[in-house]
Amino acid sequence: MATYLEFIQQNEERDGVRFSWNVWPSSRLEATRMVVPLACLLTPLKERLDLPPVQYEPVLCSRPTCKAVLNPLCQVDYRAKLWACNFCFQRNQFPPAYAGISEVNQPAELMPQFSTIEYIVQRGPQTPLIFLYVVDTCLEEEDLQALKESLQMSLSLLPPDALVGLITFGRMVQVHELSCEGISKSYVFRGTKDLTAKQIQDMLGLSRPAVPMQQGRPLQTPEQPVISSRFLQPVHKIDMNLTDLLGELQRDPWPVTQGKRPLRSTGVALSIAVGLLEGTFPNTGARIMLFTGGPPTQGPGMVVGDELKTPIRSWHDIEKDNARFMKKATKHYETLANRSAANGHCIDIYACALDQTGLLEMKCCANLTGGHMVMGDSFNTSLFKQTFQRVFSKGYNGEFRMAFGANLDVKTSRELKIAGAIGPCMSLNAKGPCVSENELGIGGTSQWKICSLDPSTTLAIYFEVVNQHNAPIPQGGRGAVQFVTHYQHSSTQKRIRVTTIARNWADAQTQLQHIEAAFDQEAAAVLMARLGVYRAESEEGPDVLRWLDRQLIRLCQKFGQYNKDDPNSFRLSESFSLYPQFIFHLRRSPFLQVFNNSPDESSYYRHHFARQDLTQSLIMIQPILYAYSFHGPPEPVLLDSSSILPDRILLMDTFFQIVIYLGETIAQWQKAGYQDMPEYENFKHLLQAPLDDAQEILQTRFPMPRYIHTEHGGSQARFLLSKVNPSQTHNNLYAWGQESGAPILTDDVSLQVFMDHLKKLAVSSAS
Amino acid sequence: MSVNQQTHTGPPYGQPQPGYQGFQQPAYGGQSLPGAPQSQYGAYNGPVPGYQQPVPPQGYYPSLGFPSKGSPVSLNSDTSLAPNFIGSLRAPPTSGAPPPASGASHPSGHVAYSQFEHGDVQNGIPASAAPVQRPPASQPFLPGSAPTPVSQISTFQQYGPPPGSVQQLRNHMAGMTIGSTAASAPPPAGLGYASVPPVSGSVSATGSGLYTPYSASQGPPLPSVSQALPVAQPPFPGQTIPTQRLPAQVPGFTPPPPSTGVGPSSYPPTTGAPRPPAMPGPPLPGQTVAGPPSSQPNHVSSPPPPSAMAGLHPGPPMSGLHGPPPPTHPPQPGYQMQQNGSFGQMRGPQPNYGGAYPGAPNYGSPPGPPPPPKRLDPDSIPSPIQVIEDDRNNRGSEPFVTGVRGQVPPLVTTNFLVKDQGNASPRYIRCTSYNIPCTSDMAKQSQVPLAAVIKPLATLPPEETLPYLVDHGESGPVRCNRCKAYMCPFMQFIEGGRRFQCCFCSCVTEVPPHYFQHLDHTGKRVDFYDRPELSLGSYEFLATVDYCKNNKFPSPPAFIFMIDVSYNAVKSGLVRLICEELKSLLDYLPREGNMEESAIRVGFVTYNKVLHFYNVKSSLAQPQMMVVSDVADMFVPLLDGFLVNVNESRTVIASLLDQIPEMFADTRETETVFAPVIQAGLEALKAAECAGKLFIFHTSLPIAEAPGKLKNRDDRKLINTDKEKTLFQPQTSFYNNLAKDCVAQGCCVDLFLFPNQYLDVATLGVVPYQTGGSIYKYAYFQLETDQYRFLNDLRRDVQKEVGFDAVMRVRTSTGIRATDFFGAFYMSNTTDVEMAGLDCDKTITVEFKHDDKLSEDSGALLQCALLYTSCAGQRRLRIHNLSLNCCTQLADLYRNCETDTLINYLAKYAYRGVLSSPVKTVRDALINQCAQILACYRKNCASPSSAGQLILPECMKLLPVYLNCVLKSDVLQPGPEVTTDDRAYIRHLVTSMDVAETNVFFYPRLLPLTKADVDSDSLPAAIRNSEERLSKGDIYLLENGLNIFVWVGVNVQQSLIQNLFGVSSFSQISNALSTLPVLENPFSKKVRSIVDMLQGQRSRYMKLIIVKQEDKLEMLFKHFLVEDKSLSGGASYVDFLCHMHKEIRQLLS
Repeated sequence: MATYLEFIQQNEERDGVRFSWNVWPSSRLEATRMVVPLACLLTPLKERLDLPPVQYEPVLCSRPTCKAVLNPLCQVDYRAKLWACNFCFQRNQFPPAYAGISEVNQPAELMPQFSTIEYIVQRGPQTPLIFLYVVDTCLEEEDLQALKESLQMSLSLLPPDALVGLITFGRMVQVHELSCEGISKSYVFRGTKDLTAKQIQDMLGLSRPAVPMQQGRPLQTPEQPVISSRFLQPVHKIDMNLTDLLGELQRDPWPVTQGKRPLRSTGVALSIAVGLLEGTFPNTGARIMLFTGGPPTQGPGMVVGDELKTPIRSWHDIEKDNARFMKKATKHYETLANRSAANGHCIDIYACALDQTGLLEMKCCANLTGGHMVMGDSFNTSLFKQTFQRVFSKGYNGEFRMAFGANLDVKTSRELKIAGAIGPCMSLNAKGPCVSENELGIGGTSQWKICSLDPSTTLAIYFEVVNQHNAPIPQGGRGAVQFVTHYQHSSTQKRIRVTTIARNWADAQTQLQHIEAAFDQEAAAVLMARLGVYRAESEEGPDVLRWLDRQLIRLCQKFGQYNKDDPNSFRLSESFSLYPQFIFHLRRSPFLQVFNNSPDESSYYRHHFARQDLTQSLIMIQPILYAYSFHGPPEPVLLDSSSILPDRILLMDTFFQIVIYLGETIAQWQKAGYQDMPEYENFKHLLQAPLDDAQEILQTRFPMPRYIHTEHGGSQARFLLSKVNPSQTHNNLYAWGQESGAPILTDDVSLQVFMDHLKKLAVSSAS
Repeated sequence: MSVNQQTHTGPPYGQPQPGYQGFQQPAYGGQSLPGAPQSQYGAYNGPVPGYQQPVPPQGYYPSLGFPSKGSPVSLNSDTSLAPNFIGSLRAPPTSGAPPPASGASHPSGHVAYSQFEHGDVQNGIPASAAPVQRPPASQPFLPGSAPTPVSQISTFQQYGPPPGSVQQLRNHMAGMTIGSTAASAPPPAGLGYASVPPVSGSVSATGSGLYTPYSASQGPPLPSVSQALPVAQPPFPGQTIPTQRLPAQVPGFTPPPPSTGVGPSSYPPTTGAPRPPAMPGPPLPGQTVAGPPSSQPNHVSSPPPPSAMAGLHPGPPMSGLHGPPPPTHPPQPGYQMQQNGSFGQMRGPQPNYGGAYPGAPNYGSPPGPPPPPKRLDPDSIPSPIQVIEDDRNNRGSEPFVTGVRGQVPPLVTTNFLVKDQGNASPRYIRCTSYNIPCTSDMAKQSQVPLAAVIKPLATLPPEETLPYLVDHGESGPVRCNRCKAYMCPFMQFIEGGRRFQCCFCSCVTEVPPHYFQHLDHTGKRVDFYDRPELSLGSYEFLATVDYCKNNKFPSPPAFIFMIDVSYNAVKSGLVRLICEELKSLLDYLPREGNMEESAIRVGFVTYNKVLHFYNVKSSLAQPQMMVVSDVADMFVPLLDGFLVNVNESRTVIASLLDQIPEMFADTRETETVFAPVIQAGLEALKAAECAGKLFIFHTSLPIAEAPGKLKNRDDRKLINTDKEKTLFQPQTSFYNNLAKDCVAQGCCVDLFLFPNQYLDVATLGVVPYQTGGSIYKYAYFQLETDQYRFLNDLRRDVQKEVGFDAVMRVRTSTGIRATDFFGAFYMSNTTDVEMAGLDCDKTITVEFKHDDKLSEDSGALLQCALLYTSCAGQRRLRIHNLSLNCCTQLADLYRNCETDTLINYLAKYAYRGVLSSPVKTVRDALINQCAQILACYRKNCASPSSAGQLILPECMKLLPVYLNCVLKSDVLQPGPEVTTDDRAYIRHLVTSMDVAETNVFFYPRLLPLTKADVDSDSLPAAIRNSEERLSKGDIYLLENGLNIFVWVGVNVQQSLIQNLFGVSSFSQISNALSTLPVLENPFSKKVRSIVDMLQGQRSRYMKLIIVKQEDKLEMLFKHFLVEDKSLSGGASYVDFLCHMHKEIRQLLS
């Protein structure tokens, strides 16, 4: 097993890919019986310190429907200078540049260690990155001030040649012209009126390129998008201007009467932002960064009326079909997201408010375009400030950890077809022979657009084995998948990253143990969770849970070892042992449970779940709990109520929150001030240890988790209590009074009960 | 006849003609009829041997007329007049008469005399002598005179038809003169007849009066004369005068004699017919018939006579008229009638004027009157200048005290002080008549429109006190319970002061306890003099919250400056100019009373195809510009920082105004929008919840895609078609709706236009018009020449007192009702005039109609209440009260009319009419109405007289000349160089003009600058608007409220040119000058001070145009010489007078 674990880890590190199954069942029928679909988590831009990009064009298969990239799996005839595509078996001539090729003189792409390779290609003009700030001015003075400062700070983080633009909105929407001296100038739009892209461009005076075109100089226009210069300017040129402009930004001046929400035209503002970029920089990497401090209250995309007495929709309202603006608003934002995605622009949403801000309706903007979604209580919190700062963080090589306009093309060998993808992407509707009719996630295509991605952006890609049972694959045959990602690097280079992987086929009937052993339960849990969350977006919560349960039971039935109708005999192999626990926590997670979460929170959680890599996703599913005590070094402990002991400090990382919980005794000590006494310096160290660890997590996590420092009996302890497995509750009285942990006041089932049921059902001959 | 005419016109007039022809001919053509009347007189003379004396005068006239000018007749008439005058002024002796006339006139006078002599010989009477001597001479001459008239008539008739020809004109003139002469003659006749017609005595008086008036026209006495003299006489004099003046004429004079001969001949016919004709103008023909014989004797005319006869009938339009009447007239009764008529005229006037006019006494002697004329000034048709001068002299010195009901105020041209003793000052309200007919029948019969021209916020001279502000406390002003009239001096307190009876509706209302006051023994409240609302005609109430929109006291108003920054505006330097000016101008926003700073907030917008708003909040280091491109759905992008206090945001505003010209310096945008601009202002005011005013500076037709987009629909081919009215109508109803919204918000729009081509003023003006705003137009704006004018207008417009969100209501005594309103405003119902803004120059004309009877005892009361927001945001009510008399006698009505006001009303009425009817129809309706007014007078008030005589009520003797000016105005009769925009612009302007403005607008003031006394402050005496009064050696100034022309004759002394223009010769004078150079010499100083003085009197800065004689621009200048025939076909004064006369006769017959 260790070998498989290593293999998996190695694969992940090299290729950024984790398959649910690392040995593939060779027939369609068998594959479906595996319950967990053949799928992978792909991190297209996984950071590779050891991967120097090559400076030439990839060699493509000449078959028009294939166009696979030359890779180490291809058979090469060095003498004839031919290579055979390992996907379509087309024999291809090497291009002239490869004339000197030989077995000892191989191009990088043929070396096995370059199963992932990155090409830098020269295509089209290089356009600088574009950052368009869309700023809500209906904020409290403090919030606005903080936001302004953050924005001003961000200017120094941008690449100097990046273009920046500013749109502010409140009751009106203002597009600021940045090139002017003296008077600051802005174009103002009514916040209640939806405008077509054409109208917006006309009103912004962007429709002028027609003139040069007529003058017979069409070639210059794409290279010199002069038109846009008024609204999008290189940072280094207008740094001061923009800083002043931001400094002078006023709160929305329109009076808000008692009992009303400010009129906020988020919908129109976004529409204008999208229209502006659409007209000026189509197919160029651009970020629209929306900063909003409340729900859209007017115009297209309004989420709630301006009467404070009508609260914003809750899950309850949605279930009762009582959210009157939701559908329309969602449609508005979807349209925008699609337009924006089509042009390769991404939309970030930074929403900071105590109440909901309409993320539910706006989520698609971030989801479809690969934009960030950040939710906080206020712009004046470090959560927002640091998260925002981290958007512009740089990687190990000093490059921004962001890429734009990616186009992911997946190629499979004939035995496989592509069922779909789940992640921050949009279908490009590329039909082909390797596209399955059965869709999982966003399907029906072999190509997806990812407008923005960072090194951790991870897509789940689902496959279908289509090899028929009666057409066995020759021994040692391998299935192959190639991922080709075209993207615009943060340095504005165009790059192509190609990852080609292969896995062995195995006959499930005869070699089930191989397949079983090659099961990646972590990947499987995340892949199933993504499917579940994807379904939850469109289906009722209970249905999804039932589906998940059924899948789990079927999996246990398939791979468990048991005697029929004897739950006690049930055993799972090591490669499956954690899976039920993941599912147990997934069922309790906010991704599938909406209870206690607002629609916005649900959308927020789901958004992040659908794009984080495996490790982070697992943390989201099953938070990590560390214990600090005088009894030993810090150790991970079970996410269980029994882990909550008075003499422990617990550190829980749920991805979204970092909770430091002081046990009862520890809290008392702290109150007594022992940490300040020299003789108890060790206690001080104990207190400090989790803080340091938390800090470490905080440093790297995007978005910044909510940092919670609490203690036994503290109100914030609920974050911990709601996550741990309620092994001790007020219902199982035997636990009362014991020193073994803290009871949780809940009716939720504990893992123990869950497992008992699972066993019972799995072994039941009735099912 | 033709021969006669030719002879007359040809030689003598030939020279004079140029001027005369143009002027007089047309008019006379029309008037030829009048001539007929004269002939009638002649006829009288003829018929009545005894009365021959009277005749003579006629003959006299005719003879004079002929001799004097091409329009010999007129001359004759003049002469006749002259004689009269002479008589009155000087000894009848012929010699005396001539000399008296001015140098210029003398010639004519002489001529006339000479003619007379001739005439005497020939006609006998001719009266010329006769006139002077009338009584005596008349008899002998009678016969002769008779014939002469005929000849004249005939000539007239013939001429009449071909109005175009100078001769004709002259003829007409002659005819007119004849008529007039007849009139004058009649008096004598009257005298002679006196016994016959009871009236005679009076007649004579009148006659004299009449004459005197004419003479008056020359001299002071005029007033009395004017009545009688009516048109006919005046024209003659006028003609004669000109002729006299013209050197050419002199020679002509010689010929005149022949003409005189003709004249006589014409008279003869008249004489024959005269009597009868006297009744109706037409009689002339008859006269002619009769005349023929006489004519023969007189002149060659004999042949013509017959022809003349025929000619008369057929020929001139007159003929038609004449035709019928003649027969009737012929009868002897006619004579009497004629006499009467003439007397009647005399009488008519006398009775009316009797009291007023001192002339009456003279009348007694009238026969002698011929003497009256001090000078033998040829001007014999009513002269506006004379009337103005007289009024100025008679009434300018004493303050006008308003305590008396139905008092006719001095003319608007007279400087006078007003003392408010219970009625509103005429500066606030002027009425067409101060004596209202008691019944609607009377009103209908007279056709005199009953209208009041109200200028509620008029500026008062510093010597007069502003209306006092009255605060009646929380319950608001005391009002009648039923009709809601406000407390005023006419309310009757009864029951010891516990109640008051409404003077309008008679309803009795309790006096509120806090307002109770005891009455004194006369029934007056004890606090009568302490309370302005009880003792004054005009005062203000402080309004309570009930009078405010939404029951909320208003916020101080705002001014929003909206500047076109399209290519044209930038290139012409306009944008820079405006911005520069605003910097200083903003310190002069209107302030309330003695407040330290203006409460008015300001905002700025620039625009081309899109709008740019500016945030000038004081806390900003730099202004911020906000562009709104969504012009289809206008909104205001900001609230806070758009409307600011000038002092607080001074630096930001200054910075903005500095930068605007720079920002758009390189603009290439040529298209503009317009409606969205107004919408933007409106929205801004709405958002700020205040009223205000938009100052829009606009340069072009708004063709950019936006609401209210316009297309160029200018089409000169439509002129004189039924579709012409569409040129005055807005292209789209969009602006009407917009205006409505603006009014609802109290958003007044002032529009400054700088067009280089058509920009559809008719449509663009809709909103300014309906919101009570002003339009200023500077065609082909050029910085160098027009900036001063524009800046002055702008300064004035920004600084002038203005009320916002105004509602005006006029309440009247039961019996009459305000039925129609003219002016710049919006009405959502039939009684309330709503104006988003009302400034001190805006006038509303209100027409009243009867809906019941009025009583002579109680008179008629008007109360005009204006609810408005002051410039500091105070809600107030301004009340003006005016009491009028009521009459059961038409004569009373005619005696208390105010022609200037009448013209103001008629012009506004006609200018509105062009929106719905073809211009021709409007013109005809105007002429018809005036004819009816005058005919009614003639029929009901004037004593019977010859129909050939044109008799005008004293108060309305200028009606024809003014009316003609209205008819000739650009709106009603456009010349080729008048653009559609000009017409629409003028139409808008006139609609808001007050009486003084319409007066000078329609009859411009023409001042001989070279006659100015450099040592005094006074203006030189104005002269009449006719080219023949211009001398080549002089410099004249003409102003009409919009333009000032300085006309320089070719022969002006070089030193004068040097002094005034600083150049050495006539040819070096640049007509591109827009101001007079500042030179240090008395003449230059004087002229400039005159110009400054005139500018100061007008609400708009007038454009100064230098016109050199015989230069291209002179065409433009001549357009304003309104007594002359205009190039666009407008009749000369004389022609029109004839025409009027004809119309009247038609009505009478």
